[in-house]
Amino acid sequence: MLQEEEDLSLTIAHIVQKLKGSRLYSQLERQAWVSLQKPEIKLESLKEDIKEFFRITGWEKKLQNAVYSELTVFPLPRHPAAPPEHLKEPLVYMRKAQGSWEKRILKSLNSMCTELSIPLARKRPVVEQKELLNKWNEMGTDEPDLSLFRPVYAPKDFLEVLINLRNPNYENGDHLNLRTHLGLIQVPLKVKYISELKDYFIELSLNTGQLGIDDATQVPPELFENEHVRLGQKVLAEQDSAAAQQYVRQGSPTALRAELWALILNVSNQPEDLLYYEQLKSNVIQHDLLVDSLIYKDVKLTASNDDYYFVFEDYLYQVLLCFSRDTSVLGHFAYNSASPPKSYIRGKLGMEDYAVFYPPNGVIPFHGFSMYVAPLCFLYHEPSKLYQIFREMYVRFFFRLHSISSHHSGIVSLCFLFETLLQTHLPQLFYHLREIGAQPLRISFKWMVRAFSGYLATDQLLLLWDRILGYNSLEILAVLAAAVFAFRAVNLMEVTSLAAAEAVLADLSTLKVMPLLQIFLFATVT
Amino acid sequence: MSKSKVRKGQARSSVAVLPKEEGEAAEGPRTPASAPGRGWRRRAPPRLRMFLNAQREEKQKNHCSKGHGVSKVKERDQKLCIRFKCAVMNTLLDVLRCRPGWVEVKDEGEWDFYWCDVSWLRENFDHTYMDEHVRISHFRNHYELTRKNYMVKNLKRFRKQLEREMGKLEAAKCDFFPKTFELPSDYHLFVEEFRKTPGITWIMKPVARSQGKGIFLFRKLKDIMDWRKDVGRSDDQKDDIPVENYVAQRYIENPYLIGGRKFDLRVYVLVMSYLPLRAWLYRDGFVRFSNTRFTLSSIDDHYVHLTNVAVQKTSPDYDPEKGCKWMIQRFRQYLTSKHGPEAVETLFQDMDNIFIKSLQSVQKVIISDKHCFELYGYDILIDQNLKPWLLEVNASPSLAASSQEDYQLKTCLLEDTLHIVDMEGRLTGKEKRVGGFDLMWNDGPVSREEGIDLSGTGNFVANTHLGCNNDRKKQLRQLFHSFHNRKKVTG
Repeated sequence: MLQEEEDLSLTIAHIVQKLKGSRLYSQLERQAWVSLQKPEIKLESLKEDIKEFFRITGWEKKLQNAVYSELTVFPLPRHPAAPPEHLKEPLVYMRKAQGSWEKRILKSLNSMCTELSIPLARKRPVVEQKELLNKWNEMGTDEPDLSLFRPVYAPKDFLEVLINLRNPNYENGDHLNLRTHLGLIQVPLKVKYISELKDYFIELSLNTGQLGIDDATQVPPELFENEHVRLGQKVLAEQDSAAAQQYVRQGSPTALRAELWALILNVSNQPEDLLYYEQLKSNVIQHDLLVDSLIYKDVKLTASNDDYYFVFEDYLYQVLLCFSRDTSVLGHFAYNSASPPKSYIRGKLGMEDYAVFYPPNGVIPFHGFSMYVAPLCFLYHEPSKLYQIFREMYVRFFFRLHSISSHHSGIVSLCFLFETLLQTHLPQLFYHLREIGAQPLRISFKWMVRAFSGYLATDQLLLLWDRILGYNSLEILAVLAAAVFAFRAVNLMEVTSLAAAEAVLADLSTLKVMPLLQIFLFATVT
Repeated sequence: MSKSKVRKGQARSSVAVLPKEEGEAAEGPRTPASAPGRGWRRRAPPRLRMFLNAQREEKQKNHCSKGHGVSKVKERDQKLCIRFKCAVMNTLLDVLRCRPGWVEVKDEGEWDFYWCDVSWLRENFDHTYMDEHVRISHFRNHYELTRKNYMVKNLKRFRKQLEREMGKLEAAKCDFFPKTFELPSDYHLFVEEFRKTPGITWIMKPVARSQGKGIFLFRKLKDIMDWRKDVGRSDDQKDDIPVENYVAQRYIENPYLIGGRKFDLRVYVLVMSYLPLRAWLYRDGFVRFSNTRFTLSSIDDHYVHLTNVAVQKTSPDYDPEKGCKWMIQRFRQYLTSKHGPEAVETLFQDMDNIFIKSLQSVQKVIISDKHCFELYGYDILIDQNLKPWLLEVNASPSLAASSQEDYQLKTCLLEDTLHIVDMEGRLTGKEKRVGGFDLMWNDGPVSREEGIDLSGTGNFVANTHLGCNNDRKKQLRQLFHSFHNRKKVTG
């Protein structure tokens, strides 16, 4: 009991400290001062009256949403005496692995820099600044020569690193036994069994209505869809973050999705946010970063070639270029096992006083990075709102997909979960694929790293991301990957090479996500 | 030419042809095609019905009948045999060849079905005798709808008529066509209108050309003064080049943009007859994007303003791998997430209105021949107020596929078209949906609900599903399953 109370007070203190520095705090303060003018507020019962005032005017709700947001995003410190690295990543060997991976990336970036003799950052001449400003809304028409640039790394390079992860304290033994893991990931992480997943994803069960299943044309809308839409409108009217998060577990109606996601992520388009975005935009105009070329290259290679996302090319530049200038993103490194790379002013190598984070937001894009933004363009059309939503999604979810950590939503755990599910429930398939040299993870890794963006049809992808937001976890990606293999198991059993297996799983655009998940979780005999 | 003559020496004819008299006697009373509300399909010719009975006994395998050698026909003596001719060498040919029981004829062979091109039609239609069951893919004077100047004339006339008969409100429903003037005949009227609204952009389109050829934009009269001078000069010449007719149309300056790009919609409408008017709307279609960003400052840039794939293909930006099309379903979802379902519903209802009013406007003018049907490609532009505008109607929409997805769409579209033409005589005529086609107009509005005619009440929901889920395979299975059952019962 005492321990719990201590934990709670620690949490409260932590959140209060965080919120005190936020804009919401000053707004609440201002509102409290304003309320003193009102006749309802009496000096004797000042505290209660102001609280009541907040409740009526909706400010309490905003505060609630902010607190909920903090609770969701920031993990609680495990122990009051735990050092800050433990917040990033409690396991030492993982931290070390992440550190050496980062060194490799930075080396690659620096060598590209010296090879091409392009500075990491430079100030743009005024003429160029003007030109860029004019072209801001159509940067896609630019065709700079990017042939010499290569992406710093691709998902498959990262997979190799993960495959070589080993826990030095864990001795597996040379002989195979029932508990040997046949997959590529060889670290003993705790992942959920299917029974635990069934409990966790209870809202996806067979007897609960889902968008993506129960809104099909043959099902009369009175059974589920109409009521669900009404409920969604009510949630939006109440402006309750937590309720919205619970609501989208059953899927979000197309017309309400943009607002619901903004509510869950606690993103509102205040004038300050617009100003902040404009500030970032002017940073982009004034300085040119090497990373910009990497972003250009990535967009041209991936999103521009996609049948559906090519239309949003210009928005992608507007978001990603600003993203790389945004220093507020550095905040997420407190709970990210990764650390932002440092760069030194020319000639002052090693001197901490002359160190800057490079890129300013600490995130080096890799091949396929722009696909995190592309689906969001479907929902948000104003660049500053689109930007905020993406930033929030990144610091809550996407960063976990390319950093090494033991977090249950981290990519390592997702890979391990995927392999465990497959090995446990489709052992014959798993064994067969392994025998022909087509380890399943080699195929599904790219899906999970991109959160299936670009592989699924957009409407299906959005239904999937609804659930990511609803459960505040990426585990559903691993479950879906396993469900896809289960769905195509018959064809996969007949292939005899990795290439053939890739071919069977090359096209996911016709898949319906929710039925697959439901069948795998709830209708498969275990 | 498709006379049903008995020709000696062809194994086909012994089965394929019955003397006309016998055929006529075997027929029962005909359902008059003009009776409203009755089955919209014409009765199958007797010899086809004989085949269908025989066919029932055998298992019909669904394979491509590419070989039309005599021996192959011998073994399928008792089977369905529809001879087709096809003027295009693309998707359509694949679909026709794969259709069970359909056999291609070359050159001067007799045919039961001809997907012709319009030039052949112009030269031969009037002196071709066609049997009752024969079908051809164009109406004789389809240009009343598809040539821009005729369409404008017909629409203006129809609008006046509506205003007289039903008032201004009803007539206003025809305002989906931007102000258009035929040149050179209406030149003075055009100048008057031009002077009334200075500074706006106009677009000049040649009446008879397609694929975006010969189109240009202008803002000043002097841009076309030169053009007019050329026209005037050639009038004087004895052996002059025939003057090409143009239309000058008000350019829609506030198109709806997605990702900063202009786009238009291609929608498919199948008309089986004009008197009475029976039209089907296909659920799928696509959105064609311009490859470059929209801006009014560059009216010389063809590539920005014209969204035809043909023009886009020559744009320096064009990347064939990229493809600049979206399926209409995706577009509908995009709009719904941005504007909400009601606004999108209204938009699609307005589009239905465009299809129906445009067809009604030429209903009395087009020669409604029972042998003819036509698949139109409608080009629709949407402006920023979510109002749809009709750009043009194509009688020969491109059937060439630009991508795998496109090929899929066109194959299914053509298969369903052939199902509705129903040379095999499988449909009852009471269907409201065949594959991806929904019956949009059957001598009156068609409601989604069964039974009662609710067109008068406010609860009328049209039987159109543009941009909606197209589960055609399932629907076709059910449809033809019931046909097989019926055959078993009636024996």
